[in-house]
Amino acid sequence: MRHSALYTILFSGAVCVVCAVLVSSAAVSLKQDQLRNAALDKQRNVLFASGLADPADRLDPEQVERMFENIRPIVIDLETGRETDIDPTSFDQAKAAKNPATSREAPANRASVQRVPNQALVYEVLEVGKPAMAVVPIEGYGLWSTLYGFLAIGNDGNTVRGITYYQHLETPGLGGEVDNPNWKAAWPGRRIYDASGAPAIRVIKGTAAPADRAPHEVDGLTGATITSNGVTAMLDFWLGENGFRNYLQRFKEGQDR
Amino acid sequence: MTESYKKTLLDPLFESNPIALQVLGICSALAVTSKMETALVMCVAVICVLALSNVSISLLRNFIPGNVRIIVQLTIIASLVIMTDQVLKAYVYEISKQLSVFVGLIITNCIIMGRAEAYAMQNGPFDSLLDGLGNGLGYSTILMATAFFRELLAQGTVFGVVLLPKVSDGGWYNPNGILGIPAGAFFLIGFFIWALRVWKTDQIEAEG
Repeated sequence: MRHSALYTILFSGAVCVVCAVLVSSAAVSLKQDQLRNAALDKQRNVLFASGLADPADRLDPEQVERMFENIRPIVIDLETGRETDIDPTSFDQAKAAKNPATSREAPANRASVQRVPNQALVYEVLEVGKPAMAVVPIEGYGLWSTLYGFLAIGNDGNTVRGITYYQHLETPGLGGEVDNPNWKAAWPGRRIYDASGAPAIRVIKGTAAPADRAPHEVDGLTGATITSNGVTAMLDFWLGENGFRNYLQRFKEGQDR
Repeated sequence: MTESYKKTLLDPLFESNPIALQVLGICSALAVTSKMETALVMCVAVICVLALSNVSISLLRNFIPGNVRIIVQLTIIASLVIMTDQVLKAYVYEISKQLSVFVGLIITNCIIMGRAEAYAMQNGPFDSLLDGLGNGLGYSTILMATAFFRELLAQGTVFGVVLLPKVSDGGWYNPNGILGIPAGAFFLIGFFIWALRVWKTDQIEAEG
Protein backbone atom coordinates (compact mmCIF):
# COMPACT_ATOMS: atom_id res chain seq x y z
CA MET A 1 0.00 0.00 0.00
CA ARG A 2 1.48 3.40 -1.02
CA HIS A 3 0.90 6.36 1.24
CA SER A 4 1.95 9.96 0.83
CA ALA A 5 4.76 11.33 2.97
CA LEU A 6 2.31 13.63 4.74
CA TYR A 7 0.07 10.68 5.65
CA THR A 8 3.07 8.77 7.03
CA ILE A 9 4.13 11.71 9.19
CA LEU A 10 0.62 12.38 10.48
CA PHE A 11 0.02 8.71 11.19
CA SER A 12 3.31 8.35 13.07
CA GLY A 13 2.57 11.50 15.02
CA ALA A 14 -0.87 10.23 15.99
CA VAL A 15 0.50 6.87 17.13
CA CYS A 16 3.12 8.65 19.23
CA VAL A 17 0.56 10.93 20.87
CA VAL A 18 -1.83 8.09 21.69
CA CYS A 19 0.96 5.88 23.09
CA ALA A 20 2.45 8.76 25.07
CA VAL A 21 -0.91 9.55 26.64
CA LEU A 22 -1.47 5.90 27.58
CA VAL A 23 2.00 5.45 29.07
CA SER A 24 1.99 8.68 31.01
CA SER A 25 -1.49 8.17 32.41
CA ALA A 26 -0.48 4.68 33.57
CA ALA A 27 2.67 6.09 35.17
CA VAL A 28 0.86 8.95 36.89
CA SER A 29 -2.11 6.96 38.13
CA LEU A 30 0.03 4.14 39.55
CA LYS A 31 2.75 6.32 41.04
CA GLN A 32 1.27 6.49 44.54
CA ASP A 33 0.98 2.71 44.79
CA GLN A 34 4.52 2.24 43.52
CA LEU A 35 6.06 4.70 45.98
CA ARG A 36 4.13 3.11 48.81
CA ASN A 37 5.35 -0.34 47.75
CA ALA A 38 8.97 0.77 47.59
CA ALA A 39 8.80 2.39 51.03
CA LEU A 40 6.98 -0.62 52.46
CA ASP A 41 9.55 -3.00 51.00
CA LYS A 42 12.34 -1.13 52.71
CA GLN A 43 10.49 -1.05 56.02
CA ARG A 44 9.83 -4.78 55.80
CA ASN A 45 13.51 -5.45 55.32
CA VAL A 46 14.41 -3.31 58.31
CA LEU A 47 11.99 -5.44 60.33
CA PHE A 48 13.53 -8.66 58.97
CA ALA A 49 17.08 -7.50 59.81
CA SER A 50 16.11 -6.52 63.33
CA GLY A 51 14.43 -9.88 63.89
CA LEU A 52 11.10 -8.19 64.74
CA ALA A 53 9.47 -10.01 61.84
CA ASP A 54 10.13 -13.01 59.66
CA PRO A 55 9.83 -13.06 55.84
CA ALA A 56 7.49 -16.05 56.24
CA ASP A 57 5.03 -13.86 58.17
CA ARG A 58 3.75 -12.14 55.01
CA LEU A 59 3.08 -8.89 56.86
CA ASP A 60 0.33 -6.67 55.54
CA PRO A 61 0.90 -2.89 55.26
CA GLU A 62 -1.01 -2.08 58.47
CA GLN A 63 1.11 -4.51 60.50
CA VAL A 64 4.30 -3.01 59.11
CA GLU A 65 3.09 0.47 59.94
CA ARG A 66 2.18 -0.55 63.48
CA MET A 67 5.56 -2.19 64.06
CA PHE A 68 7.28 0.88 62.66
CA GLU A 69 5.79 3.06 65.40
CA ASN A 70 8.69 1.85 67.55
CA ILE A 71 11.33 2.48 64.93
CA ARG A 72 12.89 5.87 64.44
CA PRO A 73 14.55 6.54 61.08
CA ILE A 74 17.29 9.16 61.38
CA VAL A 75 19.90 10.62 59.08
CA ILE A 76 23.34 10.60 60.67
CA ASP A 77 26.64 12.13 59.71
CA LEU A 78 29.06 9.29 59.04
CA GLU A 79 32.16 11.19 60.08
CA THR A 80 30.95 12.46 63.44
CA GLY A 81 28.32 9.77 64.01
CA ARG A 82 25.88 12.49 65.11
CA GLU A 83 22.24 12.77 64.17
CA THR A 84 21.56 15.50 61.60
CA ASP A 85 18.38 17.48 61.07
CA ILE A 86 17.88 16.13 57.53
CA ASP A 87 14.38 14.78 57.02
CA PRO A 88 14.70 10.96 56.79
CA THR A 89 11.53 10.63 54.70
CA SER A 90 13.02 12.64 51.86
CA PHE A 91 16.64 11.48 52.21
CA ASP A 92 17.87 9.19 49.44
CA GLN A 93 21.17 7.64 50.42
CA ALA A 94 21.88 6.16 47.00
CA LYS A 95 21.41 9.58 45.43
CA ALA A 96 23.53 11.24 48.12
CA ALA A 97 26.36 8.79 47.40
CA LYS A 98 26.36 9.80 43.72
CA ASN A 99 26.29 13.55 44.28
CA PRO A 100 29.86 14.92 44.63
CA ALA A 101 28.56 17.61 47.01
CA THR A 102 27.27 15.07 49.54
CA SER A 103 29.78 12.27 49.14
CA ARG A 104 33.44 11.49 48.69
CA GLU A 105 35.45 8.87 46.89
CA ALA A 106 35.82 5.71 48.94
CA PRO A 107 39.35 4.70 49.95
CA ALA A 108 40.52 1.44 48.37
CA ASN A 109 38.45 -1.39 49.78
CA ARG A 110 37.73 -5.03 49.06
CA ALA A 111 33.97 -4.50 48.98
CA SER A 112 34.24 -2.48 45.72
CA VAL A 113 32.44 0.48 47.31
CA GLN A 114 33.09 3.42 45.00
CA ARG A 115 31.68 6.40 46.87
CA VAL A 116 30.75 7.00 50.49
CA PRO A 117 27.93 9.42 51.29
CA ASN A 118 28.56 11.99 54.00
CA GLN A 119 25.22 11.18 55.58
CA ALA A 120 23.45 7.86 55.97
CA LEU A 121 19.95 6.72 56.86
CA VAL A 122 19.80 4.43 59.90
CA TYR A 123 16.91 3.05 61.92
CA GLU A 124 16.86 3.02 65.71
CA VAL A 125 14.57 0.42 67.20
CA LEU A 126 13.05 1.52 70.50
CA GLU A 127 12.13 -0.81 73.29
CA VAL A 128 10.11 0.81 76.07
CA GLY A 129 11.13 4.19 74.70
CA LYS A 130 14.88 3.56 74.75
CA PRO A 131 16.96 2.77 71.65
CA ALA A 132 17.70 -0.96 71.81
CA MET A 133 18.98 -1.67 68.35
CA ALA A 134 20.44 0.19 65.39
CA VAL A 135 19.78 -1.01 61.85
CA VAL A 136 22.35 0.24 59.35
CA PRO A 137 22.45 -0.21 55.56
CA ILE A 138 25.29 -2.23 54.04
CA GLU A 139 26.28 -2.83 50.44
CA GLY A 140 29.15 -4.41 48.57
CA TYR A 141 30.13 -6.64 45.71
CA GLY A 142 29.75 -10.43 45.81
CA LEU A 143 30.38 -12.66 42.81
CA TRP A 144 27.98 -11.30 40.16
CA SER A 145 26.37 -8.32 41.73
CA THR A 146 26.25 -5.73 44.46
CA LEU A 147 24.43 -7.03 47.52
CA TYR A 148 22.25 -4.54 49.39
CA GLY A 149 21.13 -5.24 52.90
CA PHE A 150 20.73 -4.22 56.51
CA LEU A 151 22.63 -5.17 59.64
CA ALA A 152 21.03 -4.83 63.07
CA ILE A 153 23.32 -4.12 66.02
CA GLY A 154 22.46 -4.25 69.71
CA ASN A 155 22.72 -1.33 72.14
CA ASP A 156 26.29 -2.23 73.09
CA GLY A 157 27.23 -1.10 69.58
CA ASN A 158 28.98 -4.43 69.10
CA THR A 159 26.63 -7.41 69.11
CA VAL A 160 24.94 -8.40 65.86
CA ARG A 161 21.19 -8.83 66.21
CA GLY A 162 20.46 -9.82 62.63
CA ILE A 163 21.27 -9.42 58.95
CA THR A 164 19.20 -9.40 55.80
CA TYR A 165 19.83 -8.77 52.11
CA TYR A 166 17.02 -7.26 50.08
CA GLN A 167 18.65 -7.07 46.68
CA HIS A 168 21.30 -9.16 44.95
CA LEU A 169 21.80 -11.29 41.86
CA GLU A 170 23.98 -14.04 43.33
CA THR A 171 23.63 -17.63 42.10
CA PRO A 172 20.48 -19.23 43.54
CA GLY A 173 21.43 -22.16 45.77
CA LEU A 174 25.03 -20.97 46.21
CA GLY A 175 25.67 -17.26 46.84
CA GLY A 176 21.91 -16.75 46.81
CA GLU A 177 21.85 -18.66 50.11
CA VAL A 178 22.47 -15.30 51.83
CA ASP A 179 18.66 -15.35 51.89
CA ASN A 180 18.57 -18.70 53.69
CA PRO A 181 16.99 -18.27 57.14
CA ASN A 182 19.33 -20.92 58.56
CA TRP A 183 22.38 -18.96 57.52
CA LYS A 184 20.90 -15.70 58.80
CA ALA A 185 20.19 -17.43 62.11
CA ALA A 186 23.94 -17.93 62.59
CA TRP A 187 24.45 -14.15 62.98
CA PRO A 188 22.70 -12.96 66.15
CA GLY A 189 25.06 -12.88 69.12
CA ARG A 190 28.29 -12.54 67.12
CA ARG A 191 30.53 -9.59 68.00
CA ILE A 192 31.68 -7.04 65.47
CA TYR A 193 34.77 -5.43 67.03
CA ASP A 194 37.90 -6.94 68.53
CA ALA A 195 39.66 -5.54 71.61
CA SER A 196 41.39 -2.82 69.55
CA GLY A 197 38.06 -1.57 68.17
CA ALA A 198 38.63 -2.77 64.60
CA PRO A 199 35.90 -4.73 62.82
CA ALA A 200 36.79 -8.43 63.23
CA ILE A 201 33.59 -10.16 62.22
CA ARG A 202 34.03 -12.40 59.21
CA VAL A 203 32.43 -15.22 57.27
CA ILE A 204 34.75 -18.22 57.49
CA LYS A 205 35.03 -21.36 55.40
CA GLY A 206 33.00 -24.17 56.96
CA THR A 207 31.00 -24.04 60.17
CA ALA A 208 31.71 -21.61 62.98
CA ALA A 209 31.68 -22.58 66.66
CA PRO A 210 28.90 -21.15 68.88
CA ALA A 211 29.02 -17.39 69.52
CA ASP A 212 30.61 -17.70 72.98
CA ARG A 213 33.62 -19.58 71.62
CA ALA A 214 33.98 -17.95 68.19
CA PRO A 215 32.49 -14.49 68.72
CA HIS A 216 33.73 -13.01 65.43
CA GLU A 217 33.04 -15.92 63.08
CA VAL A 218 30.01 -16.82 60.99
CA ASP A 219 29.40 -20.00 58.94
CA GLY A 220 30.53 -19.82 55.32
CA LEU A 221 28.16 -20.32 52.40
CA THR A 222 28.96 -23.71 50.87
CA GLY A 223 30.23 -23.37 47.31
CA ALA A 224 30.11 -19.58 47.47
CA THR A 225 33.51 -18.46 48.73
CA ILE A 226 33.46 -15.25 46.70
CA THR A 227 30.03 -14.18 47.97
CA SER A 228 31.13 -15.09 51.53
CA ASN A 229 34.25 -12.98 51.16
CA GLY A 230 32.13 -10.17 49.74
CA VAL A 231 29.98 -10.22 52.89
CA THR A 232 33.09 -10.06 55.08
CA ALA A 233 34.55 -7.22 52.99
CA MET A 234 31.40 -5.10 53.09
CA LEU A 235 31.04 -5.52 56.86
CA ASP A 236 34.69 -4.63 57.30
CA PHE A 237 34.13 -1.47 55.28
CA TRP A 238 30.76 -0.30 56.61
CA LEU A 239 31.55 -1.05 60.26
CA GLY A 240 35.00 0.51 60.04
CA GLU A 241 36.12 4.12 60.32
CA ASN A 242 34.74 5.02 56.87
CA GLY A 243 31.38 3.58 57.77
CA PHE A 244 29.29 3.44 60.91
CA ARG A 245 31.94 2.98 63.61
CA ASN A 246 31.63 6.48 65.00
CA TYR A 247 27.87 6.32 64.90
CA LEU A 248 27.81 2.97 66.70
CA GLN A 249 30.18 4.36 69.34
CA ARG A 250 27.78 7.26 69.94
CA PHE A 251 24.79 4.92 69.87
CA LYS A 252 26.37 2.88 72.65
CA GLU A 253 27.31 5.94 74.70
CA GLY A 254 23.80 7.31 74.30
CA GLN A 255 22.59 4.34 76.34
CA ASP A 256 24.66 5.34 79.37
CA ARG A 257 23.17 8.80 79.71
CA MET B 1 -15.22 -22.59 18.44
CA THR B 2 -14.59 -23.40 14.84
CA GLU B 3 -11.73 -25.61 13.76
CA SER B 4 -9.55 -22.80 12.39
CA TYR B 5 -9.87 -20.67 15.56
CA LYS B 6 -8.93 -23.69 17.63
CA LYS B 7 -5.92 -24.27 15.42
CA THR B 8 -4.77 -20.64 15.73
CA LEU B 9 -5.05 -20.81 19.50
CA LEU B 10 -3.66 -24.27 20.19
CA ASP B 11 -1.10 -24.90 17.45
CA PRO B 12 1.58 -22.72 19.10
CA LEU B 13 1.46 -24.98 22.18
CA PHE B 14 3.26 -27.93 20.55
CA GLU B 15 2.87 -27.85 16.75
CA SER B 16 4.65 -24.54 16.22
CA ASN B 17 5.90 -23.62 19.67
CA PRO B 18 7.61 -20.20 19.61
CA ILE B 19 10.52 -21.39 21.77
CA ALA B 20 10.89 -25.02 20.71
CA LEU B 21 10.24 -24.74 16.96
CA GLN B 22 10.70 -21.09 16.07
CA VAL B 23 13.49 -20.73 18.71
CA LEU B 24 12.38 -17.21 19.68
CA GLY B 25 12.37 -15.65 23.13
CA ILE B 26 15.19 -17.80 24.48
CA CYS B 27 16.82 -14.95 26.40
CA SER B 28 14.05 -14.50 28.94
CA ALA B 29 13.48 -18.28 29.06
CA LEU B 30 16.99 -18.56 30.52
CA ALA B 31 16.82 -15.52 32.74
CA VAL B 32 13.58 -15.73 34.69
CA THR B 33 13.16 -19.49 35.15
CA SER B 34 15.10 -20.06 38.37
CA LYS B 35 11.82 -19.86 40.30
CA MET B 36 8.29 -20.79 39.25
CA GLU B 37 6.71 -17.74 40.85
CA THR B 38 8.76 -15.25 38.84
CA ALA B 39 8.34 -17.36 35.69
CA LEU B 40 4.57 -17.33 36.14
CA VAL B 41 4.39 -13.55 36.45
CA MET B 42 6.66 -13.22 33.42
CA CYS B 43 4.35 -15.55 31.45
CA VAL B 44 1.26 -13.54 32.38
CA ALA B 45 3.04 -10.33 31.40
CA VAL B 46 4.12 -11.76 28.03
CA ILE B 47 0.65 -13.16 27.29
CA CYS B 48 -0.96 -9.78 28.03
CA VAL B 49 1.53 -7.82 25.94
CA LEU B 50 1.39 -10.31 23.07
CA ALA B 51 -2.42 -10.45 22.95
CA LEU B 52 -2.83 -6.67 23.21
CA SER B 53 -0.10 -5.86 20.73
CA ASN B 54 -1.48 -8.37 18.22
CA VAL B 55 -4.99 -6.92 18.54
CA SER B 56 -3.92 -3.28 18.29
CA ILE B 57 -1.58 -3.90 15.38
CA SER B 58 -4.23 -5.94 13.62
CA LEU B 59 -6.78 -3.13 14.06
CA LEU B 60 -4.34 -0.66 12.54
CA ARG B 61 -2.96 -3.00 9.87
CA ASN B 62 -4.74 -1.29 6.97
CA PHE B 63 -3.66 2.16 8.09
CA ILE B 64 0.00 1.60 8.96
CA PRO B 65 2.21 2.95 6.15
CA GLY B 66 4.43 0.08 4.95
CA ASN B 67 7.68 1.98 5.15
CA VAL B 68 7.37 2.81 8.87
CA ARG B 69 5.49 -0.31 9.97
CA ILE B 70 8.29 -1.78 12.12
CA ILE B 71 8.69 1.48 14.03
CA VAL B 72 4.95 1.76 14.56
CA GLN B 73 4.80 -1.85 15.79
CA LEU B 74 7.67 -1.22 18.19
CA THR B 75 6.10 1.97 19.53
CA ILE B 76 2.91 0.10 20.34
CA ILE B 77 4.77 -2.86 21.86
CA ALA B 78 7.05 -0.60 23.92
CA SER B 79 4.08 1.34 25.28
CA LEU B 80 2.31 -1.86 26.30
CA VAL B 81 5.46 -3.19 27.98
CA ILE B 82 6.01 0.01 29.94
CA MET B 83 2.42 -0.07 31.14
CA THR B 84 2.75 -3.72 32.14
CA ASP B 85 5.92 -2.89 34.07
CA GLN B 86 4.13 -0.04 35.86
CA VAL B 87 1.22 -2.29 36.81
CA LEU B 88 3.58 -4.98 38.17
CA LYS B 89 5.48 -2.39 40.22
CA ALA B 90 2.23 -1.14 41.68
CA TYR B 91 0.62 -4.47 42.52
CA VAL B 92 3.26 -7.23 42.78
CA TYR B 93 6.27 -5.21 43.85
CA GLU B 94 8.33 -8.09 45.27
CA ILE B 95 8.16 -10.13 42.10
CA SER B 96 8.66 -7.16 39.82
CA LYS B 97 11.86 -6.49 41.76
CA GLN B 98 13.07 -10.03 41.06
CA LEU B 99 12.15 -9.78 37.39
CA SER B 100 14.03 -6.46 37.30
CA VAL B 101 15.02 -5.56 33.75
CA PHE B 102 13.43 -8.59 32.14
CA VAL B 103 9.96 -7.08 32.06
CA GLY B 104 11.37 -4.13 30.14
CA LEU B 105 13.16 -6.56 27.87
CA ILE B 106 9.82 -8.03 26.74
CA ILE B 107 10.09 -5.24 24.16
CA THR B 108 12.98 -7.10 22.55
CA ASN B 109 11.33 -10.52 22.88
CA CYS B 110 11.33 -11.71 19.28
CA ILE B 111 8.06 -13.57 19.75
CA ILE B 112 6.12 -10.33 20.06
CA MET B 113 7.65 -8.55 17.05
CA GLY B 114 7.56 -11.83 15.17
CA ARG B 115 3.84 -12.38 15.66
CA ALA B 116 3.03 -8.74 14.91
CA GLU B 117 4.94 -8.84 11.64
CA ALA B 118 4.07 -12.40 10.60
CA TYR B 119 0.46 -12.63 11.74
CA ALA B 120 -1.25 -9.47 13.00
CA MET B 121 -0.30 -7.45 9.91
CA GLN B 122 -2.26 -9.90 7.72
CA ASN B 123 -5.16 -11.08 9.89
CA GLY B 124 -8.21 -9.69 11.63
CA PRO B 125 -8.28 -8.63 15.29
CA PHE B 126 -10.04 -11.72 16.64
CA ASP B 127 -7.69 -14.17 14.88
CA SER B 128 -4.77 -12.05 16.03
CA LEU B 129 -6.02 -12.15 19.61
CA LEU B 130 -6.15 -15.95 19.47
CA ASP B 131 -2.74 -16.08 17.84
CA GLY B 132 -1.33 -13.82 20.56
CA LEU B 133 -2.87 -15.85 23.36
CA GLY B 134 -1.75 -19.10 21.71
CA ASN B 135 1.84 -18.05 21.25
CA GLY B 136 1.88 -16.60 24.75
CA LEU B 137 0.68 -19.93 26.10
CA GLY B 138 3.23 -21.81 23.99
CA TYR B 139 5.98 -19.62 25.45
CA SER B 140 4.54 -20.14 28.93
CA THR B 141 4.43 -23.93 28.56
CA ILE B 142 8.18 -24.09 27.98
CA LEU B 143 8.92 -21.44 30.60
CA MET B 144 6.89 -23.12 33.32
CA ALA B 145 8.32 -26.56 32.52
CA THR B 146 11.86 -25.16 32.64
CA ALA B 147 11.14 -23.29 35.86
CA PHE B 148 9.61 -26.42 37.41
CA PHE B 149 12.72 -28.52 36.86
CA ARG B 150 15.10 -25.71 37.72
CA GLU B 151 13.41 -24.79 40.98
CA LEU B 152 12.87 -28.42 41.98
CA LEU B 153 16.39 -29.64 41.23
CA ALA B 154 18.34 -26.50 42.20
CA GLN B 155 16.38 -25.51 45.30
CA GLY B 156 14.25 -28.53 46.12
CA THR B 157 11.04 -26.50 46.02
CA VAL B 158 8.02 -25.96 43.78
CA PHE B 159 6.38 -22.51 44.07
CA GLY B 160 8.42 -22.10 47.25
CA VAL B 161 6.98 -25.27 48.84
CA VAL B 162 9.73 -27.63 49.95
CA LEU B 163 9.51 -31.03 48.24
CA LEU B 164 13.14 -32.13 48.51
CA PRO B 165 14.63 -30.92 51.82
CA LYS B 166 18.16 -29.65 51.16
CA VAL B 167 21.26 -30.90 53.01
CA SER B 168 21.96 -27.30 54.10
CA ASP B 169 18.52 -27.23 55.77
CA GLY B 170 19.08 -30.57 57.49
CA GLY B 171 17.45 -32.67 54.76
CA TRP B 172 18.91 -35.22 52.36
CA TYR B 173 18.80 -33.53 48.95
CA ASN B 174 22.04 -32.24 47.48
CA PRO B 175 21.00 -29.42 45.10
CA ASN B 176 22.16 -29.38 41.50
CA GLY B 177 24.16 -26.18 41.06
CA ILE B 178 24.16 -25.96 37.27
CA LEU B 179 20.37 -25.75 37.09
CA GLY B 180 20.53 -22.83 39.49
CA ILE B 181 22.34 -20.71 36.93
CA PRO B 182 20.82 -19.59 33.59
CA ALA B 183 23.09 -21.93 31.60
CA GLY B 184 21.18 -24.85 33.14
CA ALA B 185 18.06 -23.75 31.28
CA PHE B 186 19.90 -24.28 27.99
CA PHE B 187 20.22 -27.99 28.74
CA LEU B 188 16.58 -28.26 29.78
CA ILE B 189 15.26 -26.44 26.72
CA GLY B 190 17.50 -28.62 24.56
CA PHE B 191 15.95 -31.72 26.13
CA PHE B 192 12.43 -30.31 25.57
CA ILE B 193 13.15 -29.68 21.90
CA TRP B 194 14.57 -33.18 21.58
CA ALA B 195 11.52 -34.73 23.28
CA LEU B 196 9.14 -32.68 21.15
CA ARG B 197 10.85 -33.77 17.94
CA VAL B 198 10.76 -37.41 18.94
CA TRP B 199 7.00 -36.99 19.48
CA LYS B 200 6.34 -34.83 16.39
CA THR B 201 8.81 -36.04 13.81
CA ASP B 202 7.69 -33.50 11.18
CA GLN B 203 9.50 -30.79 13.19
CA ILE B 204 12.89 -32.33 12.43
CA GLU B 205 14.69 -30.21 9.87
CA ALA B 206 15.95 -31.89 6.70
CA GLU B 207 19.69 -32.49 6.80
CA GLY B 208 22.05 -30.69 4.47
